Amino acid sequence: MSDLRELYQETILDHNKSPRNFRKMEHADRAVDGYNPLCGDHYTVYLKFKGDFIEDISFEGAGCAISKASASVMSSLLIGKTKAEAQAMFERFHRLVTGALNPGEEAEEFGKLAVFGGVSEFPARVKCASLAWHTLHAGLVSNEAVVSTE
Amino acid sequence: MSVKHDIAPMKQHSAEALDVPRVRSDFPILAERVNGHALVYLDNAATSQKPVSVIDATSRYYRTQNANIHRGVHHLSEEATKAYEVARSKIRGWINASLTQELIFVRGTTEAINLVAATLGASLRPGDEIVISALEHHSNIVPWQLLCEQRQARLRVVPMNDRGELLLDDYEHLLQGGKVRIVALSHVSNALGTINPVKEMTALAHRAGADVLIDGAQAVPHMSVDVQDLDADFYAFSGHKMYGPTGVGILYGKKKILESLPPYQSGGDMIKSVTFEKTIFNDLPFRFEAGTPNIAGGIGLGAAVDYLAALDMDAVRDHEHALVARATEALEAVPGVRIIGTALQKAGVVSFVVENIHPHDIGTILDSDGVAIRTGHHCAQPTMLRFGIPATARASFALYNTFEEIDVLVRSVRHAIEVLG
Repeated sequence: MSDLRELYQETILDHNKSPRNFRKMEHADRAVDGYNPLCGDHYTVYLKFKGDFIEDISFEGAGCAISKASASVMSSLLIGKTKAEAQAMFERFHRLVTGALNPGEEAEEFGKLAVFGGVSEFPARVKCASLAWHTLHAGLVSNEAVVSTE
Repeated sequence: MSVKHDIAPMKQHSAEALDVPRVRSDFPILAERVNGHALVYLDNAATSQKPVSVIDATSRYYRTQNANIHRGVHHLSEEATKAYEVARSKIRGWINASLTQELIFVRGTTEAINLVAATLGASLRPGDEIVISALEHHSNIVPWQLLCEQRQARLRVVPMNDRGELLLDDYEHLLQGGKVRIVALSHVSNALGTINPVKEMTALAHRAGADVLIDGAQAVPHMSVDVQDLDADFYAFSGHKMYGPTGVGILYGKKKILESLPPYQSGGDMIKSVTFEKTIFNDLPFRFEAGTPNIAGGIGLGAAVDYLAALDMDAVRDHEHALVARATEALEAVPGVRIIGTALQKAGVVSFVVENIHPHDIGTILDSDGVAIRTGHHCAQPTMLRFGIPATARASFALYNTFEEIDVLVRSVRHAIEVLG
């Protein structure tokens, strides 16, 4: 097994202990529930749009350190981004945690997302890291109110 | 509310201690190393490891006996049929059923419960009630929920107290309603380890005119079970949790009731004769065993029974009881750890949570130390809800586990707190 410190990096531990934008949003444009049936993780991701932009994003729920930190980092990165930018970031994140980087793509280029690079070495935890992102994705592209990682 | 305990805490005589080092040498996988550490396998409630005798029995079947059963006149088919039916007979003796006809080979406990729900349940009428308990595995909840929908029946749930013990007064109250037709209970809770007083609960159900199914999946590896003494109408268990292969299990049912039930799955082997006008079904137990079964699995389960029968199950119970007690005490001494499920009568399981650390993260860190546990809701989400938690970490024990392994577990939990706390 790879070093645990690769998985539980300081940034992840920090976001787990003090998650950003961890609150219910009143008057959200979208509120989507995401479940990971394997471990019982459950988050609601709230989105507020202004035209094509994500004006606000927040989440609440319960889950492991990886899933909570991932939701927290996601929320802090996406406020003020366009829907298309958020979609692109979702795809980049997915490549990063599944270890499927494009040729020439380096984990170091992923900025604040790079701390999740260690997840790809722990296949059982990929769904934890992706849960909030899949929930976001559903909020951006579909009318589904509930998504599941299974 | 008062809780009655009618199960003897420990039998009066103390069994001769289990020879754990010898037992360990029977399980080849225990020599494996995981992530640079000796494997500490504490996920036995999910599935147990297999002794070499079980592995050899299934391998021997495929190497020297493989043929379809109950049909061929050739030598191998007779050999395979004999081996399969000898296994059934061994299992009969082991659970003290009176007749081999009362043992139906199934895929596992889940299929056994579905079989009973589909057949016994076919006679339910609108308004009839089915009673389950608050600490059931999803496999002993969902089939009954579906049945209730189909038959407009009502599902009732026996509640439990904060220790994870069923409230028998509430149970009696449910039965007094006079509408209960089926009672389905786990013998031992997979998520909490609680041993339910199923003998007493069965007697109460019978007095109220209900049939009883006991889910014994978590009981048979840990204690001797006598189905005639329990008097349950059905008793279900899986092979793979009692040192046997996956994909095979047993539904025991009283002959008189089984004979009255409609067929479950239909096809080959469950018939006597078929014409396009009429089919005559086979006798018990084959009537409920459509299609070619898991022959190697059945033979392997017979070998698992041989293995357990050669041990003193009282010694096994005492050893595992000591493991649970030791793990409980040592984990409780770790700041922030809380044990979930503190019933006075427990078998095989210690479920726990750690303050501010999700069980899934604990599982990953324990794995990095070579310790295998289960984390999550254990297919018992209503049980988790009752305790107001989404998940637990669960260490579950088998006869080959040692006190040293519990020390490793506890050190590793402290390691997890160090990393994540």
